[in-house]
Amino acid sequence: MIRFIYLVPLLPLLGFLLNGLGRKAFSRKAVSVIGVGTVLLAFGISLSLFFETLPEGFLPQTVKLADFIDTGRVKIPFSLLVDRLSVLFLLIITSVGSLIHLYSTAYMQEEATSDYARYFSYLNLFVFSMLVLVLGAGFVTMFIGWEGVGLCSYLLIGFWFRNPAYNDAAKKAFVMNRIGDLGFLLAVFWMLARFGTAEFSGVFEQAPEATAAVLTGITLLLFVGATGKSAQIPLFTWLPDAMAGPTPVSALIHAATMVTAGIYMIARSHVLFNLAPITQTVIAVTGLATALLAASIALRQHDIKKVLAYSTVSQLGYMFLGLGVGAYTGAVFHVMTHAFFKALLFLGAGSVIHAMHHEQDIRRMGGLAARMPVTHLTFLLACLAISGLPPFSGFFSKDEILMAALAKHPAYYLFGLAGALMTAFYMFRLYAMTFRGAFRGSAEQAAHVHESPMAMTLPLMVLAVFSVAGGWLGIPEVIWPGAHRLAAYLAPVLAGDDGEALNVAHLSHATEWALMGGSTLAILAVVAFAWRRFSQSPSTEEKPSTGLAALLDNKWLLDECYAWLVVRPLQAISRYLSDILERNIIDGLVNGIGRGVQYISRQLRLLQSGQVGSYLFIMVFCMVLFFIVQMFWKP
Amino acid sequence: MPINYYLFLSLALFSIGVAGVLARRNALIVFMCIELMLNAVNLLLVAFSRMHHTAAVLLDPTSKAGAEAQILVFFIMVVAAAEVTVGLAIIVMLYRNIRSVDINFLNRLKY
Repeated sequence: MIRFIYLVPLLPLLGFLLNGLGRKAFSRKAVSVIGVGTVLLAFGISLSLFFETLPEGFLPQTVKLADFIDTGRVKIPFSLLVDRLSVLFLLIITSVGSLIHLYSTAYMQEEATSDYARYFSYLNLFVFSMLVLVLGAGFVTMFIGWEGVGLCSYLLIGFWFRNPAYNDAAKKAFVMNRIGDLGFLLAVFWMLARFGTAEFSGVFEQAPEATAAVLTGITLLLFVGATGKSAQIPLFTWLPDAMAGPTPVSALIHAATMVTAGIYMIARSHVLFNLAPITQTVIAVTGLATALLAASIALRQHDIKKVLAYSTVSQLGYMFLGLGVGAYTGAVFHVMTHAFFKALLFLGAGSVIHAMHHEQDIRRMGGLAARMPVTHLTFLLACLAISGLPPFSGFFSKDEILMAALAKHPAYYLFGLAGALMTAFYMFRLYAMTFRGAFRGSAEQAAHVHESPMAMTLPLMVLAVFSVAGGWLGIPEVIWPGAHRLAAYLAPVLAGDDGEALNVAHLSHATEWALMGGSTLAILAVVAFAWRRFSQSPSTEEKPSTGLAALLDNKWLLDECYAWLVVRPLQAISRYLSDILERNIIDGLVNGIGRGVQYISRQLRLLQSGQVGSYLFIMVFCMVLFFIVQMFWKP
Repeated sequence: MPINYYLFLSLALFSIGVAGVLARRNALIVFMCIELMLNAVNLLLVAFSRMHHTAAVLLDPTSKAGAEAQILVFFIMVVAAAEVTVGLAIIVMLYRNIRSVDINFLNRLKY
């Protein structure tokens, strides 16, 4: 089956081409079949690949498809890498991806047929790029997918391009991503210059010979790339704005797949990062700061999708914390569980928005539990999972990261736990305001609220099962020894030659039990408080907020800070360049040359007197002159 | 005969031609002087080719070196004759226009 690995990215690409080129010709049904079918087929192939990687002693394989760049010194093949890490990501992407495709067939029903086909072609192109990113056997191949997901995210955020605000959000996402991509690109160039190759195998082999400074530089640049794609401080502000796109897009791109690209990249190149402890500290601190900052902003958001967006940023922060403390398995585990419950949350939110006729403000919702039973139940399960309550999936992955953080430094654990409590609070605030209490919307909306069609609820139910049970793949050693299937599965890739030594030093079991119990109780208390507090209607939040609350309402004034620090100076410089430099110096140069030529030609014109005699004289004079030069001038 | 004689004859002919071109105002005379310069050059060509041939024969009695220029000079003459017809035609047109062949009347050929 590994010989046919190229089919996995090829199928979505085919879907993109068919739907993109035939968007005016195909019927809605054909578009749906192509769009969903290609991803579903890719999922099937990934699943069979997964079973091939299961047996003990499976060796990673590289499938070379073509030479991408082949010059004398630099050889960059286009090859795909099949190992347990990439296959795990293939499964996540194609499974969540196909569910979201299925969901979209119902959610995007109101679009015109050609727009509908355009949507599916973008979605397929996105899945294709993400698969290339994950399968690439070198940083360059990865970069192709890396850029591809950036492009698709631009296209999909700006899908409703007739709204200028959405276009701005799309541009913001693209520009922020580009800033990160520059870091990634520089890292690739550095590796090419230092190691002569950008293939994973070559780089990792030679990495231990490089100096610490080089490795720190390369890894920091790679991390800059990751902050752009995975929405970390300082490049995270694009993700909340990216909620301008259709909701399934938010679920697919901005929760389940694209933003995990940075995590995947760092986990993939963990060999480099293990050799650069400074970078690891930077990653851990950045991740933790992002987790706390985003969680605090999410506390006071009123847009259902914005809350989820900030929660995504916050959860990504946790994953980076895990990467920074060396818990690569934990980070990948959290990517997986997060993909399930965050996709579920977004799709549930989409279901609510669909039912409420594009109302996104949770202050005008409430009491939807009875009207939308399936959405309500699945959403509740996802909230429990993301809050980190046992036995739901989020508990296991978050716990693994926090334990690793504690082993590294207690402060990491304390701040991480604070973030987890905030997560529980804002998620249950969101849940209670949406589904509990009394309905606060208009009478017209009240009449229309209904459960969504089967194509939307089916993915919800499937994802709910995964959100609940997904964590059981990684039950920690302390609860059930030997039950951490995921760690065993990923060990050949992530543990490296040092075996378990890379993974974190183990805490005593008693401490672990105590911490687990303590955090669970604290989270339960927060959940109960938020549930009670926000189930009561009517909402009392109409009075203007003050102090810290106002700061949180304005998202810590971060957008304003960026405007002051980056955008304004840039605008001032460009105004200077256009008004002064361009107008006076460049235009002056061009006009000056023109005027000079005109002046000289006016003078030269006088030579042409019309007197044939003078022409002849000049001719003979010049001939004599040349003759003399020829005779007497010896260079 | 030494090459020097030919050289000086040719130089004299060419100088006469140049002087005529510069000094005379009658277009026909100017034209003849140009022909004089051309033929001075032709003479030089033939003279040098003969010199070349003499030198080559000394080394190899059967050599035909330098024979090409003797033929080339006829080609030059033929082309020159063709050129003369064009030049004369221009002078005829000139006369029809300004009723004179004095080149100083040709001062309207400017910007």
